[in-house]
Amino acid sequence: MNTAYLYSLIAVVLLGLLAYIGAEAAGLEVLFGVIIPYLALIVFLVGFANKMLDWGKSAVPFRITTTSGQQKSLPWIKHNRFDSPFTNGQVVVRMLLEILLFRSLFKNTRTGFAKDNQHITYKWVLWLWLFALMFHYSFFVVAVRHLRFFAEPVPFFVSFLEQIDGMLQILLPNLFISGVVLLAGASLLLLRRVFLPKLVYISRPADYFPLFLIIGIAVTGLMMRYISKVDVVRIKELTMGLATLQPSIPEGGISGLFYVHFFFVCILVAYIPFSKLMHMGGIFLSPTRNMANNSRAKRHVNPWNYPVKTHTYEEYEEDFRDKMIEAGLPVEKE
Amino acid sequence: MAETPKPEELFQNIDHSLPETPWEDVPPDLSEGRFCYPTKKKNLEYLDLPTTTGGEWSPADEQWPIPDNWQEIIHQGFKDRLEKYRSLKVFMDVCVRCGACADKCHFFIGTGDPKNMPVLRAELLRSVYRNDFTRAGKILKKLNRGRPLTKQVLKEWFSYFYQCTECRRCSVYCPYGIDTAEVTMMGRELLSLLGLNINWILEPVANCFRTGNHLGIQPHAFKDMVDFFCDDIEEITGVRINPTFNRKGAEILFITPSGDVFADPGTYSFMGYLLLFEHLGLDYTLSTYASEGGNFGLFTSSEVMKRLNAKMYAEARRLGVKWILGGECGHMWRVIHQYMDTMNGPADFGEIPKSPITGTVFENAASTRMVHITEFTADLIYNNKLKLDTSRNDKHVVTYHDSCNPSRAMGLLDEPRYILKNVCNNFYEMPENTIREQTFCCGSGSGLNTEEIMELRLLGGLPRANAVKYVHDKFGVNMLSCICAIDRAALPPLMDYWVPGVGVTGIHELVGNALIMEGESERTMDLRFEPLNEETEEDADE
Repeated sequence: MNTAYLYSLIAVVLLGLLAYIGAEAAGLEVLFGVIIPYLALIVFLVGFANKMLDWGKSAVPFRITTTSGQQKSLPWIKHNRFDSPFTNGQVVVRMLLEILLFRSLFKNTRTGFAKDNQHITYKWVLWLWLFALMFHYSFFVVAVRHLRFFAEPVPFFVSFLEQIDGMLQILLPNLFISGVVLLAGASLLLLRRVFLPKLVYISRPADYFPLFLIIGIAVTGLMMRYISKVDVVRIKELTMGLATLQPSIPEGGISGLFYVHFFFVCILVAYIPFSKLMHMGGIFLSPTRNMANNSRAKRHVNPWNYPVKTHTYEEYEEDFRDKMIEAGLPVEKE
Repeated sequence: MAETPKPEELFQNIDHSLPETPWEDVPPDLSEGRFCYPTKKKNLEYLDLPTTTGGEWSPADEQWPIPDNWQEIIHQGFKDRLEKYRSLKVFMDVCVRCGACADKCHFFIGTGDPKNMPVLRAELLRSVYRNDFTRAGKILKKLNRGRPLTKQVLKEWFSYFYQCTECRRCSVYCPYGIDTAEVTMMGRELLSLLGLNINWILEPVANCFRTGNHLGIQPHAFKDMVDFFCDDIEEITGVRINPTFNRKGAEILFITPSGDVFADPGTYSFMGYLLLFEHLGLDYTLSTYASEGGNFGLFTSSEVMKRLNAKMYAEARRLGVKWILGGECGHMWRVIHQYMDTMNGPADFGEIPKSPITGTVFENAASTRMVHITEFTADLIYNNKLKLDTSRNDKHVVTYHDSCNPSRAMGLLDEPRYILKNVCNNFYEMPENTIREQTFCCGSGSGLNTEEIMELRLLGGLPRANAVKYVHDKFGVNMLSCICAIDRAALPPLMDYWVPGVGVTGIHELVGNALIMEGESERTMDLRFEPLNEETEEDADE
């Protein structure tokens, strides 16, 4: 039995309790409200930059584009510009389609076996693509909306986004679609990992942990907004203090629920550089996607190319000269 | 193999249920028939590659003949490659195990073995990477599913990196473009540091290094074999062709995989090339020194690949040709398209390839100076330079198998189709999820077309065969065309097993059949010495 998700769930619950007790009972607001957030940010920035530089340091010896469409060859054959990009501009479009629309996941199929008539079938399935898109876009919107806590006055694009996000105009305070979609997306991705046998088999604790953590962030966030109604003014006082490098804990204190939410965010942010979540940076550096398919037209240079031992024509002729002459093949030395 | 069960039985027995035991604890199946035979030591010695510490050995042995400090060697080799290949480093770090690749691998579909899911094949390396090279892995150890490099891990590598044909199908579906071919290539390079290579790859490599081709054909014999084709052509068409060898000053050097010289049905495509060039009056020459298009070095290490590939440019330079024309081959074109110019270039000879017949300049090959024969022929047909009698291929109901490398490492998809549609009248595509960039491997690529793993190959080739069966049943397809020499060797037994009644052909065999040669006698036979119209009699009966 794969218990990887249990470990991860327990870890996230314990982390939540730690923050709650720390802030509510032990009076460690400064630790959870100031010290850990700053530390998390530093770890993230340094770790992220380090990882990118580390990847960047490794060479790209060959142009190993994965082509998913017709190459550019004869002028009358229709070139598939974005699946087999020839120019850097086309590569950019390919990358944008991948990063913004998850194009490869859009191609996903499910293989099936029809044992009675011995056919293997391939069905176009979009669930993974859909869940991933829900999850990433809602997370992005949620993150941008949260900028309102770190800027005064609130930037226009944040207010604008809030208007769109709240267009349903239900509940009070006004329901933001993104928060619900984030919870749904993360939960659906988690359910895949809990119920689909193949996914269970390949998943590690490191696959469940961030999902539980993000679900924790979403749940505590939704609770604060719609159920327990924390004091947003004091929270903004704290976050503005952090943003302006004049941190202070607001008079009267903030609910422990907020500290759980905030602590989860800190853990997530600090965790990114050491985990698979670095795919957010790595996707830009994948050589099969970010290179043009033009290696016969433009020479790619391998920085560590070195001379190798070859078998020269002279050695070859030396070996076979008599036979070559006998067979009437031309030789360099008679 | 005698014990291979009947196709229906083999199909029914494919089991995709997953074991209770985590994959890390399932030992690899290294029983007879599940592994490729290791290389003979003489091949490694001839090539100055690292050797094992003992004599003959078998992967089934408990103890493998590797040096005491083998872990150190692999660790250092891994470290070097992480610095030399950004692909490896990124692919080790960014996989989120979303599972999109899981059922895309022909070996997984055919065997149901979870370690044939691309994600787990990569995890074989990744688990060691986490343990040895990442901070999280060093702190969290087993909780992070890191694994120390043990002998069982090494055996697993040998088993599964030789159950991957480097076809890159999974890479198409991966949201980060993680390419299992790259992972397998690195895995094989690491194994190679201990002399753990397979004979089916290393013997051709050693042969190729010395004689210029995988089969070890010496220059005089190479010439004899081609002369023999010319005799056959004369008998079939009444036209005598006298190709030249190693001729200085020729305009074009033609290089094709030696499989086309040696084994049916590739030989018929070779005859097709000869007819085409004669039809055009092309100023070309063949080389006995660079007499191999394929490159099994690709399946060994980037260094060995470079050592073998060097002959092409060296020979083009020595003969003073203007450019190189390459025959139908799969992995050969991965090497030429994505590696050659970088490894052995710049091409300091000749000029940008230009068809002497149509005047078309192949700008897409401006730097490498090498053109694919289907690009060349498609251009000829488009410009009406060929006299063709397509009815000569009427007995064939043809479908087309995209070879992995030309489709996913080159994007050569429509050129061969254009030719096919112009040389035969009955052409049907296989289902869309099994062709073009989604094509399925023959199950025997990357040096795995060896007898001793025949059942594995039949299982790996099942998705391809099953798609052929679909068009065979639906449209009566009886001929599977392809542009790969390994395909031409591997697909016939695959078809005989899963879809009896379907033959295998290269594109240029069909071109050769259709070409109306100047001064030819009336053709009654195709290039296989079989009657041109055997099907018409049957049709009359219907």
